[in-house]
Amino acid sequence: MNQLTDKQLRIAITGNPNCGKTSVFNSLTGLNQQVGNYAGTTVEIKSGVLTYNQKQKARIIDLPGTYSIYPKSKDEEIAIDALINPSSKESPDVILVVCDASNLKRNLLYFSQVADLGKPVILVLTMMDIAEKKGLDINLVLLSLNLGIRVVPVNPRNGKGIDKLKDTIFNTLLATQNHLIDIYNLAPDLITEERIRHPEFNDFQCFLAIYKNQREKLDDLLSEETIQRYSAINNILLDSVTQKTAEKEQFSNRLDKILTHRIWGHVIFLFILFIIFESIFSISKFPMLWIQNSFSWFGDFFTSHFPEGPLNDLIVNGVIAGLSGVIVFLPQIILLFAFIAVLEDSGYMARVSFMMDKLMRRVGMNGKSVVPLISGVACAVPSIMATRNIENWKERIITIMVIPLMSCSARLPVYTLLISMITPDKMLWGVFNVQGLILMGMYLIGFFSAIAAAWVMKFLIKAKERNYFILELPTYKAPRLKNILLTLIEKSRTFVWEAGKVIVAVSVILWMAASFGPGNSFAEIDAKYANKNLSNELNAKEISNKIKSEKLFASYAGHFGRFIEPAIQPLGFDWKIGIALFSSLAAREVFVGTMATIYNLGDESNSLSIRDRMMEERDPITNKPKYTMAVAFSLMLFYAFALQCMSTIATVYKETKTWKWASLQFLYTSGLAYLVSLVIFQVFR
Amino acid sequence: MQTLVDLKKGEYATITAISDNQLKLKLMEMGCIPGETIRLSQIAPLGDPIAIEVQGYTLSLRLSEAASIKINNIIPKTIKNKSFSA
Repeated sequence: MNQLTDKQLRIAITGNPNCGKTSVFNSLTGLNQQVGNYAGTTVEIKSGVLTYNQKQKARIIDLPGTYSIYPKSKDEEIAIDALINPSSKESPDVILVVCDASNLKRNLLYFSQVADLGKPVILVLTMMDIAEKKGLDINLVLLSLNLGIRVVPVNPRNGKGIDKLKDTIFNTLLATQNHLIDIYNLAPDLITEERIRHPEFNDFQCFLAIYKNQREKLDDLLSEETIQRYSAINNILLDSVTQKTAEKEQFSNRLDKILTHRIWGHVIFLFILFIIFESIFSISKFPMLWIQNSFSWFGDFFTSHFPEGPLNDLIVNGVIAGLSGVIVFLPQIILLFAFIAVLEDSGYMARVSFMMDKLMRRVGMNGKSVVPLISGVACAVPSIMATRNIENWKERIITIMVIPLMSCSARLPVYTLLISMITPDKMLWGVFNVQGLILMGMYLIGFFSAIAAAWVMKFLIKAKERNYFILELPTYKAPRLKNILLTLIEKSRTFVWEAGKVIVAVSVILWMAASFGPGNSFAEIDAKYANKNLSNELNAKEISNKIKSEKLFASYAGHFGRFIEPAIQPLGFDWKIGIALFSSLAAREVFVGTMATIYNLGDESNSLSIRDRMMEERDPITNKPKYTMAVAFSLMLFYAFALQCMSTIATVYKETKTWKWASLQFLYTSGLAYLVSLVIFQVFR
Repeated sequence: MQTLVDLKKGEYATITAISDNQLKLKLMEMGCIPGETIRLSQIAPLGDPIAIEVQGYTLSLRLSEAASIKINNIIPKTIKNKSFSA
């Protein structure tokens, strides 16, 4: 898909964080976009195809937001490398620099750096309406003349200016810009020397090469350069921007008085979290029911319309049962991602970082760790990638190490299933859903253990450089529906696809392990019951169930489960849970699918839901219900701590470029899980 | 020598220099250039970090970073407001 020839135009979109870059990208590409690995690295980057007049096509990449061409964080490194590395496959032909018109001065600093690279650039101005509200009058003609490049104002919300931007990209000769400052005069000797090595470089490219290889030589020249750029920008803005009316106190500032208030700030934050968890249970209940019903209808349909036999059994009890166990949680996951996307897009998340920095610092993290931690309740993988904007190495590593303790959405299926088994779906005082409250408790356990683990690591990990918290608080904006929808589509697609692959594979393997046994043990069971007198018709069903559960016991899966049973028995788990635990080493959500597979094998039909089936399960010795409070809580806590997710392990490896952190993380979380479950079960059994 | 830490909420001041060499470039890129006027606009609920208005936007930083920003010409918020409304 989207194969482009070498001749086709390559465009890069870059700009400061919060400047509306991604909205411009979405307006240009629509649904025609994908997240893929950035050429030659393991870094994920968004790319899309822009079609012009149904004929011309261009490949666009959306680079992470950056404040400067001298990167301070991993995020900025990725963006700058794509722009300045001439050997990069993504090296663009045209650069769109997106600038926030209401915050032009600082945005133009980065623009002027990028423009000095000597590539064709277009200045894309967003947030013109906000600039106008601030009383700013921007003379676009003068601005364009002074900078020597094309300036295109756009409004991605209503699409205004997007066609003009496309015209500009494809139909105009892009002039090279005026140089705002004299780079050569900053370091004449160094640049002359560098030019010998790279005759094709311009002054600024030489300067960047010196920065890359002999940074110490530049020393104060970098701040001198920044001061000169700002003063040149001031001169241009003096000419082309006028303040019409006196600046009124902005809406954002008034809102901040409440949202970051000493008391109300925290109350509102907790209230928002509360609303999120309550709605995950109450709103998603209905779509989950529909999904569940359609899957069981489909399973029944398949059973009755296709010839009976092992293949039928494999598809109904292996694949369909496994898939439905996961797809059913899609509504909850979408809701979670939606809330996080709205909070992030509106600018509220930056305030949360601002309020929490002091607390986070005490446990060795940074205010910027809050967003990855909160997104950790959706999925650890993008959250670990979201730590890239934390500049300090130690703060970033600690954040990465504790993110998997946050209860991610893959645990949601496990929690939901176990919670619904131990508590009825009732309302407390008519307002609180009891199940929702327990669920919130599980999330709090995850959060507090992450904080505690971070505090311990603060003393164990050595710092490499000075840490700091310098963060822009963007103005509040109404979240853009289109951006959020695109995020949701992308995240759900990844979830269904990535989780689906693993689940189908695990379900099939499990089904085989559970349907076959070593030697002729299965035949012996059949023979044993064949000899029994079948005259008692009433007992036919019972006998068939007995055969099935004896077969599971004798199967390969049963053998394996009993092999590990001694290790997990102190936690209250039997061999059936053992099979599920092992199969969910790859991904936690597999647990539910595995339970479905295991228990469907012991039952006649699919009509009983997996929860009811598990509640019927009796202890073979005491004949009391198998899933007691102690077992359910021990199991839930095991899932709360254990790192059962191959994707997380792979992501930590990619982000830290060493197995050290990935393996340490796996070991400490597994140890913690075992210990906590052991204590809980032994105390409450 | 006064630093940004000495500024009270709502007060304006002019940046004179940045003393921390490690943070100098980052702070300057974020708009904290000597000669620039800033205003202390917010203090986080726990007293740290703080937020300033610089170059027309809001920037938050810790007190330890604010201590490296040297300032003079502190203007109380009332006077500045009056001179604006006049």
